[in-house]
Amino acid sequence: MMGEKIGVYVCHCGSNIAGKVDVEEVARWAADLTNVEVSRHYEFMCSSLGQELVENDIQEKGLTRVVVAACSPHMHERTFRGACARAGLNPYLFEMANVREHDSWIHDEPVQATNKAKALVSAAVHRVTYHEPLEPMQAKINPATLVVGGGVAGIQAALEIAEAGYPVYLVEREPSIGGHMAQLDKTFPTLDCSACILTPKMFDAGNHPNITLLSYSEVEGVDGYVGNFTVTIRKKARFVNEELCTGCGICTEKCPKRVIDGVFEAGLGYRKAIYRPFPQAVPKYPVIDAESCIYFERGKCKACQMFCPTEAIDFEQEDGIVTVEVGNVILATGYDLFDTRKIPQYGYGRLANVFTSLEFERMVNAAGPTAGSIVLRDGVTTPGSVAIVHCVGSRDKNYHEYCSKICCMYSLKFAHLVHERLPGTEVYNFYIDMRTPGKGYEEFYHRLLEEGTHFIRGRVAEITDAVRRPGEEGKIIVQAEDTLMGAQRRIPVDMVILSPAIQARHDASHVAHLFGISCSHDNWLIEKHPKLDPVATMTDGIFIAGCVQGPKDIPDSVAQGAAAAARVLGLITQGEVELEPVRAIIDEERCSGCRICNNMCPYHAIDFIEDPGVSRVNPALCKGCGTCVAACPSGVVTGAHFSNEQIMAEIEGILVSLDGKEPIPEVEALTA
Amino acid sequence: MSDLEVSLSGKPKIALYWASSCGGCEIAVLGIHEKILDVANAFDIVLWPCVLDGKVADVEALKDGELLFTLFNGAIRNDENYEMAQLLRRKSQLLVAFGSCAHEGCIPGLANFSNRRQMFDWIYHNAPTTHNPDGVEPAAGGWEFPEGRVHIPAYWDTVKTLDQVVDVDYYLPGCPPEADRIWDALTAIMEGKLPPQGSVIGAHVTVCDECLRSKHEKKITKFYRPHQIIPEPDLCLLEQGILCAGIATRSGCGALCPQVNMPCRGCYGPNQGVVDQGARFLSGVASVIDSQDPEEIEAILDTIPDPAGTFYRFSLPHSLLHRVAWGAHPGESILSGNGQEA
Repeated sequence: MMGEKIGVYVCHCGSNIAGKVDVEEVARWAADLTNVEVSRHYEFMCSSLGQELVENDIQEKGLTRVVVAACSPHMHERTFRGACARAGLNPYLFEMANVREHDSWIHDEPVQATNKAKALVSAAVHRVTYHEPLEPMQAKINPATLVVGGGVAGIQAALEIAEAGYPVYLVEREPSIGGHMAQLDKTFPTLDCSACILTPKMFDAGNHPNITLLSYSEVEGVDGYVGNFTVTIRKKARFVNEELCTGCGICTEKCPKRVIDGVFEAGLGYRKAIYRPFPQAVPKYPVIDAESCIYFERGKCKACQMFCPTEAIDFEQEDGIVTVEVGNVILATGYDLFDTRKIPQYGYGRLANVFTSLEFERMVNAAGPTAGSIVLRDGVTTPGSVAIVHCVGSRDKNYHEYCSKICCMYSLKFAHLVHERLPGTEVYNFYIDMRTPGKGYEEFYHRLLEEGTHFIRGRVAEITDAVRRPGEEGKIIVQAEDTLMGAQRRIPVDMVILSPAIQARHDASHVAHLFGISCSHDNWLIEKHPKLDPVATMTDGIFIAGCVQGPKDIPDSVAQGAAAAARVLGLITQGEVELEPVRAIIDEERCSGCRICNNMCPYHAIDFIEDPGVSRVNPALCKGCGTCVAACPSGVVTGAHFSNEQIMAEIEGILVSLDGKEPIPEVEALTA
Repeated sequence: MSDLEVSLSGKPKIALYWASSCGGCEIAVLGIHEKILDVANAFDIVLWPCVLDGKVADVEALKDGELLFTLFNGAIRNDENYEMAQLLRRKSQLLVAFGSCAHEGCIPGLANFSNRRQMFDWIYHNAPTTHNPDGVEPAAGGWEFPEGRVHIPAYWDTVKTLDQVVDVDYYLPGCPPEADRIWDALTAIMEGKLPPQGSVIGAHVTVCDECLRSKHEKKITKFYRPHQIIPEPDLCLLEQGILCAGIATRSGCGALCPQVNMPCRGCYGPNQGVVDQGARFLSGVASVIDSQDPEEIEAILDTIPDPAGTFYRFSLPHSLLHRVAWGAHPGESILSGNGQEA
């Protein structure tokens, strides 16, 4: 460790760092630290000239270690590792001190910010002394891809990859692909028929020679790493033999059991116990809902079996387990709607004529339960006035703080559809702010203004049937503060449509855990970088698309599906990928096989080897997170690039005395 | 007298000493049975208060380094312990911290969860079995009595390990050390095959390595004390919710306790390379609690009686914690704590 030659480079980052930190002083001070051979400061270290400084010093001064004090390693660690590598120095002999996000951006006082920069540089210098050269590993990429979720984002991703000539497994939980988009009537702002534009894609996905469609199926287990995942999928029993079924629909016709369809029809219509969610369903095969089926309940009936012309009904069918090998995974599992019952003052479930947006979508859909007519809950009366309430559960500290992004636009679409289907009906939109950022969206808003929609700017306080004024009898009264008028208003209407927030799937955190990625506190899956890497995740080979990452409209979801596919295709055509060598190593000589670490690993990288009874880290799976290092009770797991020596040195370095340059306290207990 | 000197010449001198200890380590030395005669043949035992009639003055009379080695058991908790540690260090070429008290602090070290005042209040005043109407307490210093002068050493606030007061050459862990390991250490000295100085004479793996119970991925939903459950005979005790310290404890004992359905209590101290046994034990156990729900996790942890005493049963003075923080007890100032420390 002694005799290392360390180069220290302090970046100005324009005025981002130099505006607060005295970078010249930091560089001057660092020059006297142990082992420091050269210490410089430069305007923009990440520029090609900045990188050349490092490269020249490595070659001319024979540097063996490099420290750059600049921004977050997330931003430029790769940049400077690259500079080291080009000059012939192992890139892992480099360390970055973050004096921007961790210092200049968050402190006001220049002297203290400068002192902190010195401490951070000292920490990096101490640490880098103990760095060891590491070599990245190579992994081959299996050209097959798993797409989870058959909504529009998943369908798009699957088709892009299949069209490029590579195999895709498309897994969908429901009996048919299509997702939420298949339930919609029109899409904003173009008012395209949602089904008309989606069903061709569904058909293509269902019939593409490169796509294996696994509908009514769920992923149960994932093993492996980028390029080499093994995925276990449960194919739920349909009780219909797909080989024999022609999709003629006689079984559904003959089935005597009618149940409320709480999924596709949002509770507004009925389906049979053996059913296809909707006529254009892909695949065309029906499923028996065993919980409702008379045969499963009482042991007789079998009407479907009796009438099936191809003997496709199989009451004995069991769940099947399918195992597939894939190189990459795209998660497009979509969203759930906020449960409007959670806001009792809005009356949903209590006041009959308060509807959710999805109920209204089914109602206005020509193929829906009312064949497209807008009626009250009684099924016959047409409303003379309709209130549409935006931001139900969105932009609300009690529920979801975020904006759900699409509700303003579909609420405008609803207003338009009411005007179109029931001319003369009064439509009131209660909104907080009108958010219409998108191509043609603002124009659509203006169209609605011209169509005579009443826009009331204010959050709805209450929706009630308690009459207070004449004219309110038999009506639902929407009470809100009109913030433009500066007055409380009570608007009596016949029908209310709530536009609920879109929220993460109820099992999103389970999905995240299954695939070894992270969720935000709202349970949206987290992308690798919110600006620059929106469809990748921190786990190589796992990509996300559509609403699983956050609220999105259809074009954004389609774009993400295609983007994720492009990322996957990039990896497939590379054929091989480099893996970061920062990982945990178990000293098998000293492992006692207690197996504490075995189920700790969020990446399933630890296997227990029965003979000789030790745990082993699969280096290709390990992400170097350090969980097992901390968990190991016998202290035999070491994190490469995060060894105890390196971390202790870093701590000693950061505790430097800014006058004497020696660590302040002897960290006696820690080094004992 | 002169005969004795002649008969002893040529045999290296050694000492065995007990400081703050229970005496178990003395018994453990005798646990090598008849081999003790080999020891007596090989060495001249100058001091072994439990067994032989040696005097401190005999040791004081030796030249510095004249003792080949001293097996020193017991923790350092008063002035006398400390003075004897210094004396024996000076006189010995090799000083061996013998047993868990000298090595890690052991059960006497649990006193570091309180202080001297609290100890005295309990022992001399409040304990149900104490009868002390005059409220007498040990008072450090020299006292004259008709029979002679009595010296009472000052009692410390903090229990220390041997290596916290003098340099130690080797450690022989265990409460007490197993006879086989003692014999290994003695033969190593007799044959001159000692490991590098500073070594702990034991294994470099944990008790799990020697334990024959089958081990699986662990998921714990409730902890049991040994009397609350009849464990499956062949299954890892920790997996059954019994807090077995084997995962975080250096091997060398032969995994004797788990063999008879008792959980490892951790007496051999941390594994090689580990600083804080309690922290390792705690993080290992915390890692396998089978819940994601904070309240449920709390409830599961609440089934552990005396967590601090459990996880740090043998190692508190030598751990990163060292002792309970000064000022942790009502009425105690941070400054008041150091009164009697050497």
